This record gives sequence, C-alpha cells and structure tokens, in this order.
Amino acid sequence: MTAAAVILLSGQALFAQEVTAQSVQTNVDYVWTIAAAVLVFLMQAGFALVEAGFTRAKNTINILMKNLMDMSVGAIVFWAIGFAIMFGANSTGWFGHSGFFLGEYSDTGDPWVLAFFMFQVVFVATAATIVSGSMAERTKFSAYLVYSAGISAIIYPIFGSWAWGGLLNGFGWLEGLGFIDFAGSTVVHSVGGWAALAGVIVIGPRLGKYTEDGRVRAIPGHNIALGALGVFILWFGWYGFNAGSTTAATTDIALIAVNTTLAAAGGAIAAMVTSWIQFGKPDITLSLNGALAGLVGITAGCANVMPPSAIIIGILAGVIVVYSIVILDQKLKIDDPVGAVSVHGVCGAWGTLAAGLFNAGGTNFAIIGVQLLGIAAAFLWVFPTAFLLFKGIQKTIGLRVTEAEEIDGLDIGEHGMEAYPAFQILQQD
Amino acid sequence: MKKIEAVVKPFKLDEVREALAEIGVHGMTISEVKGFGRQHGQTELYRGSEYHIEFLPKIKIEVVATDEQYRDIVDTLIEHASTGNVGDGKVFIFDVDEAIRIRTGESGKAAIV
Repeated sequence: MTAAAVILLSGQALFAQEVTAQSVQTNVDYVWTIAAAVLVFLMQAGFALVEAGFTRAKNTINILMKNLMDMSVGAIVFWAIGFAIMFGANSTGWFGHSGFFLGEYSDTGDPWVLAFFMFQVVFVATAATIVSGSMAERTKFSAYLVYSAGISAIIYPIFGSWAWGGLLNGFGWLEGLGFIDFAGSTVVHSVGGWAALAGVIVIGPRLGKYTEDGRVRAIPGHNIALGALGVFILWFGWYGFNAGSTTAATTDIALIAVNTTLAAAGGAIAAMVTSWIQFGKPDITLSLNGALAGLVGITAGCANVMPPSAIIIGILAGVIVVYSIVILDQKLKIDDPVGAVSVHGVCGAWGTLAAGLFNAGGTNFAIIGVQLLGIAAAFLWVFPTAFLLFKGIQKTIGLRVTEAEEIDGLDIGEHGMEAYPAFQILQQD
Repeated sequence: MKKIEAVVKPFKLDEVREALAEIGVHGMTISEVKGFGRQHGQTELYRGSEYHIEFLPKIKIEVVATDEQYRDIVDTLIEHASTGNVGDGKVFIFDVDEAIRIRTGESGKAAIV
C-alpha cells in the first residue's frame, strides 16, 4: 500500500504544474475544440449516407469509397500543403507560405497548432466531400482522388486564407475588410458547392437523365432511410461545426447552438411546405435538403445574429433550396443527384449575405457590400479553378466512366464488387 | 391467347415498355431475375479472394396478348430489347387456356385489352 502511495505521489510531483484559472481555461479550450472537431468528423458519415441513399444501389460501393478517400487524401494533403497555405504567415494577404507539413509543431512547442489543425482538417474534408454527391454515378474513382488532392491542397486553402488566415498566423485581404463568415457558409459550403457546379458541368448528366425530346427523368435513390439517417447525422455534427468555431470554451456556444437548431428546423419546415404547395405532397428528400439548407444558411451568421433571425434565415434557405434544385435540374438540365450545388453553393451564398443583413449590431450598405464581395470572390476563384482542374483530369486520366460501365454500375467497374450481393449463388470450386 | 415471356437486359426495360405502349399494350408484369445463357458471368474480388458470379441481373417481362396481336408485340419487343451484344436475352411464347379480370369477371379477349 505504502509503496503504491509513494509511487503515485512522486508521479504527481513530477508532472505537477501550477493550476491557474488561465490554465484551466486553456485546457477546456482544447477539450471543446477537439470534441467539436470529432463531431464535425462524423459529418463524413452523414455525407456518405446521404449520397448512398439518394443514388442507385449499383453505385453504392463507389460513393462510399469516394467519401472515405476525400477525407483520407484530403487530410494528408492538407497536413502537407493546404494548412500552410491557409493559415501560414501571409505577407501579401492572398496566401500563406509557412508551416508546411505542420512544421510549426515541435514536441516542445505549443500544441495549440495541433488542436487548431484538427479542427480545420475536418472542415476541408467537409468542403471536399460536397462534390462527390453531385458527381455521383458517373465519375471515375481515380479522377475523384486527383480532385480530392487538388481541392484540399490549393483551391480551398487559398480562399480560406483570404477569410480565415488571421485565425492562426496569416491574415487575408477579405477578413481585413470585415467579412463575416463565422463557421464557413462561403469558406466551406460555397467553395464545395461551386466546385460541385464546375464538376457537374464538365462531366455532364447521367445516362438517361435527360431525353432527346427534353424530358427530365427521375432517377430515385435506393434507400431513403439511409439518406434521412445521413441528414440527422449531419445536423448532429453541425453543432460541432458552428459552435466549435469559437475554438474556445466560452458562453458564446449557447447562442450558436440555438441559432443552428432554429435555422435547421426552419429550413426543413419551409422546404416541406414549399414542396407540398408546389408538388401536392410533402417531399421527404426536399425536406431533408431543406434542413441542410437551413444549416448551411446559418453557418456564416451563427454567432452574430439573434435567434428570431436564425429562424427567418433558415426558412428562406428552405424555400430557396427547393426552387434552386428544381431550376437546376429541370430548367438548366444540370444533373445533381443530391442537390449539393443548391444546398451548399446557393444557400452558402444566401447564408453569407444573411450574416450581413441580420447582423445583431445593425446592418448597413458597407457590411452588406463586403459580404457580397466575399460571395463573388469565392465564386470567381473556385468555379474557374475547379473547372480547369476537372478539365485537366478529363484530358489526362479521364473524368467519366464508359457508358457500359455506367449502365452496369460503378461498383463492378471500379471496384469489382457489389454492395448488395444477396441472392447470389456462389460457384463452389 | 398467347403469353409472351421475355428475359431482357434491365436498362432496356423503359424503352421496351414505351414501345409496347405505342402499339397498344397497356398491361404487363415484370420481375427482377438473375440468369445467364451464353453471356458469362463476372469475376468479383472480395478482400483479396476472387469469386465468380454466374448469374447476371435481368428483367423478365410477361405479357398476355390476343392471337391477332402477339406477333406484333414480339417483333416490337425484340426490336427494342436488342443491343446486338451477347446477353440480350430470349423470348418464349406460350398458349394461354383462360384469362379472367378479377374486378369484373370478364374473360377471354375482354380480360386482356
């Protein structure tokens, strides 16, 4: 007994540090930031399930592989290159250039850069994975790997450095003008959404989606239950996404969490009502998209708007997303199986504008102007660079699978497997 | 009356159905089946082990038609289900003894038009 006590006490003495209020606050900041990062990580599961549920069974393995990889490839590439560009020392205000390979961290140094990196790496993965849904059912797997690297290394971090560089070692020209995007309606969601738009335009619609005489064919998803589960998981993870963006354990997280809840609810209801009125019955997939639209919509302003505003922002996002989906799908003939361009690109822009319009401290043309500038800058940077990236992939390794493969399903063609091999009689050798 | 049973490639179903509707066929039954003929199955890979699936997904279409119409239906079906590649499927034609509409009790030609 005594020996154990001696060992325990001497262990305590070795690691004892002065416990101050500041050190406790610092430790809680770390706990909250890492916990929130883990919540955001779970959004990868949310995206995977939404995309699998809203597409056909013959492509399920492929969509899951793409989701696994945009997180995995993105994490390594962001660690190596993207993080430094986004948050490194930034002499021009246009991109960072220090801290490659997380070089800032040494084992005797301040581990805050690790916690911050943890939080940011799950954000880049969120932006990257938005594209897999829009380009589902016809994109070559190898092409998607290249895209994942490209967006995580360059496209996302450069815009990110303009708006968020100052959160660590950099400072961007856009944040210098007072741009409000607390958790990333533009930095994450519009960036993903506009990259998705570029991708679907370059790759074209799925076979059979649009007929020669101009009809639009529905291609129903194979498992709405998975899709719904995915949306609930996304909503759950979004509390980490928005509230965690404080990267500090402060009482602010309460307002942010409430705003997040009310906007999601408003978005779901508004999309449901809109689809009910437009199409005669409340549509589950649009209502689910509506919840996500509300969440994307509040992401920019979650820390600087009051709860009633959050409800309005969510409601408007829910209405906008339904019309955007219908216009893109039916009028513009842009095939986006999960509505990613509308949910993330369009509603990301709305959310960014709303953060200015509904600013609790009051709004004015200068504030709104900067928001619009940020929205435009994101589009003007992301859409052309993503377009070039997809065009480059198309011209080199190829972007789209063959017609025969698309008909038989990407699971067989790309991965040599079926996701649902039931009712198969296996040849016994 | 004849019953036409056709095993076709799944992605051809829509085209066949539309073509049949155009010549006045307004009822049919389909089932999702698996099968093979001269088209061999495929080899799949699971965690490093190869396995062979002999049976491929197909759609079976069943239509009951009058003696006057069935030849037209068979020709239209074959024209629209064909890709020219192995695995296009087969058509079988059977005699039907009786057909009755459940709702009204009509039988014969009245049951199938």
